[in-house]
Amino acid sequence: MNAPEKVKPRTRFDTVGKPRRRVDGRAKVTGLTRFADDLVLPRMVHCKLLRSPHPHAVIEAIDFSRAKDFPGVHLVLTGKDFPVSFGILPVTQDEYPLANERVRYVGDPVAAVVAKDEQTADAALGLIEVKYRILNTVSSAEEALANPEPRIHDYGEQGNIHRLQAFEFGDVDEALAKSDHVFEDLFFFEGNTHLPLEQHASVAAPDGEGKLTLWSSTQVPHYIHRALSRALRMPAQHIRVIACPNGGGFGGKCDLHNHEIVVSRASLILGRPVKICLTREEVFYMHRGRHPVLMKMRTGVTNEGKLTGMHLQTLLDGGGYGSYGVASTFYTGALQTVTYELPRYKFDACRTFTNKPACGPKRGHGTPQPRFGQEVQLDKIAEKLGLDPAEMRLNMVAKPDSLTANWLKIGSIGLEECIRQVVDHSDWKKKRAQLPPGRGLGLACGSYLCGAGLPIYWNKMPQSGVQILADRSGQVTVFCGATEIGQGSDDMLAAFVAEVLGIDAFDVRLVTGDTGLTPVDLGSYSSRVTVMMGHAAIQAAERMREMIVDAASMELEVSPERLVMAQGRVFLSEDPSKGMTFAEAVVYAETKYGTLGTVGSYAPPRAPGRFKGAGVGPSPAYSYTAVVVEAEVDQNTGWIHVPRIWVAHDIGRAVNPVLARGQVEGSIYMGLGEALMEEQVFRRLPPKMSHALVHKFPSLLEYKSLTSLDMPEVFTYLVEDPDPNCPFGAKEVGQGPLLPVMPAVANAVYDAVGVRIDEVPITPDKVLRALERKAKGETPRVGPDHFPKVPYPTPIYVTTPWEGGDGNETKPADRKQAVAS
Amino acid sequence: MMRLPWFGFHAPRTVAEAAKILAGEGPQAMLIAGGTDLVPNMKRRHQSPQTLVSLRRVDELKKITNGSGLKLGAGLSLTEVIHSDKVRAGYTGLYQAAAQVATVHLRNMGTLGGNLCLDTRCTYLNQNYEWRKAIDFCMKKDGDICWVATASKRCLAVSSTDTAPALISLGAKVKLVSSQGEREVLLADLYANDGIDYIVRRPDEILTEVSLPDTAGWKSTYWKLRRRGAFDFPVLGVAAAIKFAPDGTVEAARIALGAVSSRPLATKAGDSLIGKKLTDEAIAEAGGKAQNVAKPMDNTDLDIYWRKDVVSSFVGYALRELRGDDMRDTRMRISRQAL
Repeated sequence: MNAPEKVKPRTRFDTVGKPRRRVDGRAKVTGLTRFADDLVLPRMVHCKLLRSPHPHAVIEAIDFSRAKDFPGVHLVLTGKDFPVSFGILPVTQDEYPLANERVRYVGDPVAAVVAKDEQTADAALGLIEVKYRILNTVSSAEEALANPEPRIHDYGEQGNIHRLQAFEFGDVDEALAKSDHVFEDLFFFEGNTHLPLEQHASVAAPDGEGKLTLWSSTQVPHYIHRALSRALRMPAQHIRVIACPNGGGFGGKCDLHNHEIVVSRASLILGRPVKICLTREEVFYMHRGRHPVLMKMRTGVTNEGKLTGMHLQTLLDGGGYGSYGVASTFYTGALQTVTYELPRYKFDACRTFTNKPACGPKRGHGTPQPRFGQEVQLDKIAEKLGLDPAEMRLNMVAKPDSLTANWLKIGSIGLEECIRQVVDHSDWKKKRAQLPPGRGLGLACGSYLCGAGLPIYWNKMPQSGVQILADRSGQVTVFCGATEIGQGSDDMLAAFVAEVLGIDAFDVRLVTGDTGLTPVDLGSYSSRVTVMMGHAAIQAAERMREMIVDAASMELEVSPERLVMAQGRVFLSEDPSKGMTFAEAVVYAETKYGTLGTVGSYAPPRAPGRFKGAGVGPSPAYSYTAVVVEAEVDQNTGWIHVPRIWVAHDIGRAVNPVLARGQVEGSIYMGLGEALMEEQVFRRLPPKMSHALVHKFPSLLEYKSLTSLDMPEVFTYLVEDPDPNCPFGAKEVGQGPLLPVMPAVANAVYDAVGVRIDEVPITPDKVLRALERKAKGETPRVGPDHFPKVPYPTPIYVTTPWEGGDGNETKPADRKQAVAS
Repeated sequence: MMRLPWFGFHAPRTVAEAAKILAGEGPQAMLIAGGTDLVPNMKRRHQSPQTLVSLRRVDELKKITNGSGLKLGAGLSLTEVIHSDKVRAGYTGLYQAAAQVATVHLRNMGTLGGNLCLDTRCTYLNQNYEWRKAIDFCMKKDGDICWVATASKRCLAVSSTDTAPALISLGAKVKLVSSQGEREVLLADLYANDGIDYIVRRPDEILTEVSLPDTAGWKSTYWKLRRRGAFDFPVLGVAAAIKFAPDGTVEAARIALGAVSSRPLATKAGDSLIGKKLTDEAIAEAGGKAQNVAKPMDNTDLDIYWRKDVVSSFVGYALRELRGDDMRDTRMRISRQAL
């Protein structure tokens, strides 16, 4: 059940690999897709949230009597109505739907009004009086370390440190001591947010029997279902969560959000549907986006440019709540070993609480920050050693079917081919370091998960389930909990089933993302859908195919092996004229077997790591990407222009090449925005005059992301080297291509004008400052200049696979013994 | 963003009718043309007029007429201004400025008069009500301090119009009409260096027309600095107009800067060019003078010190373009569009 069934590999495909219009494309462009904001139910009322104007305060009293009596108001709720805390990870249940006592950032929800319409609810919010006692604030990770009091939460490691982690895989100090060169660099990656076009919306409705349905903009209906059951203290079987098609997610719709619990509770109290639509400002406050991360990276290399060991330290600014932060913290180190051969690796991480909206998972989840650091550092190493950065990387690409220092199992690797593609097409050999001053090329690579190996709550059950019904009309209906967030989840599901059953993808009816109807799928995060749902879909479809072929073969009086299902028919492979339509075959199958239904499911293989913390990083497969960026930098102003980007992505197999290219180009778009301008930053007013600590610009106008005019020409190459652990060999494409963009821009800026910007975003003022330093003979660099003292614990020591390890922690006593012997 | 507050609405057909309504309603009424500035500001409660008087149906405001130069109705959309051959032929700076305002959609709605009357902007102000409450408001609306510089006695919000610097460099005048009569003022005199009282137009006056002088012998240009190729308000605008003698000697020069003050800044930087040819040295000198008078504040996008540092370069782009240098590549890198 857990491993994919062995079926003979397909050699020819009818649907997979063909560029197709996505199955949900027309509905989206014609406005027929129903997003959560489009839903209107009879007797529906509307909810608005009152949010804290203070970054850190104790709520002393709330008087909502005037709001309650305001004409048109049905209900006012406060923290008293929600005694149970919640949080998406079982280990961080640190949020309240409405603040119960403390507010921790400007925008923290404090009260809710439900009224006949939005405008009435909004007006009534203004009548609620809240008495706050102001507390001192923490605005950055470094401040959190320096100011243990007041504590933002009364749990965590100590003071305002939420989480500390430390791992060592092989003796890194020894490896660095023996290295020909050791490079030490500091990097900073500013926080940024998802910026989905669709703002979050939810509708909750009771059914009259005390049961609840929640329609919501969410990427993870199953996790929401579980968390909502706990938050509402209601049995899960009485709750149904329906993920509406999402207008973009990027990780921002992976948490259970305050408003989802509030409208659920309100609808149960009022006995009528309650809707909430967040404003753009509120989406900025909801956040859960990219953590700001300060990094220190010490890397040893040989004269030939081979890595000998790396010690990475990260410091994360987590904002006001836990969210997925514990996982994010692991991910700032866990995948650092997957791209290149790295014999030894040490990783210390620290996440802090600050009085800002909580950070969480955004496309690349925790890995773009250290990827930026490593790829820029490699550029510096190559220069110091006199090596071509592309050649140096080609010489150290991780090996297929190998284990990493931290016990991750790698399958196929198409990175070498990716590097060759972008090097050839960009004319790298002739252009790098040879373009006129002010123009340059930069290269960077990356790798990413094809699905997180473990779910966020411990269990051994399948991570994706698919059910298929077929009936005499020829109709095929596929049920799966997977969630369409714009990435093409529905199209993948239809494609896999259509391929196996030999029918047109447009003829497959899909029911997805509905916990009341569909088998569990964990949702659209960690680039898991194509791989995990794909395996489950193929298994279910193969089981369906078996019944149909069996019945058809009896009718045709041939053996089932000789039959082919393709182009909506079932026919003899050697004589296609002998056969029947798909619908006719289903009639024979339904006659023989009764009502036709099959299921399929998938759980990833168990990872080889056995130490505590080994659960973050394993994946059925890893995707790889290489990017070359061309930059033009003005020496007088520092202005940066990116005219062209070449990107090659190792996708295993492109199920729908049109969508795959769209994902790659979308990653380039988002990555270039992060590289050049996006930043979720905050403003503190003069402390003597004000306690304010506010989001600098919670608006689509002033939070800068690229416009279409700012997009460079993008040349996309899909490298297809099918991975045996993936459905039809298909790996992920939703997140990996983002990772190399930011460091490739930094490296291109260096090639153009010889200055290092060791932080993101790379803005013209930083470039100009670095150019001025260069002109004065100072170090031509802008970036962090120190790394604060962090109380990292003694690391969990794990012996590497090639030094006799078994995947378990090696206790200090055993280590001494091993060294002595 | 919040929803619009309630308001009354009038849609007169003539300027006289509009002026009469405005006089009758008093200061609680405001004019609305394209609404691209006012409507979001109303949603954020920067302005809460009881009555809006729409100019959208006033046809006499949408005319382009020849005189000794050119007269442009204030009700022309920015798109109509851009597509006017007369503007493109004789007033390049205005064309380039109008073409870089916001986005295509907003230019279809927004008008020339509206862009001239554009409210001043500030990142401490252009936020919703709740955000402004979180910083305890500012002197431009609901509060009494300027958070940009807490010792400042006046509001430091930034003039963010693109067309005003261009039109000032072109020597434009504007006509103001009220129920009491009409007057014409030099556009440069329409503005005051105060983020709150940034315009000398009285509340009962309607800006109806922009008059441009004849431009024989003149060349003009506009360069806009902003983060992206669309949407953004300027963080620096450089408008330059020069009258050349046949041998290339500068006879007259006007350089105006946008977004570095609470009003469009008519500088004297052009004076140093008079009697000279546009040599690199002369261009650098004028650039330096312009840079000295630019006073960016930390209330728009991008780093303030950098914004001042690049003024000279941008003035240089403008003057080199007027000299006849091929600036198309630089223009494409800065503006992301050919102009």
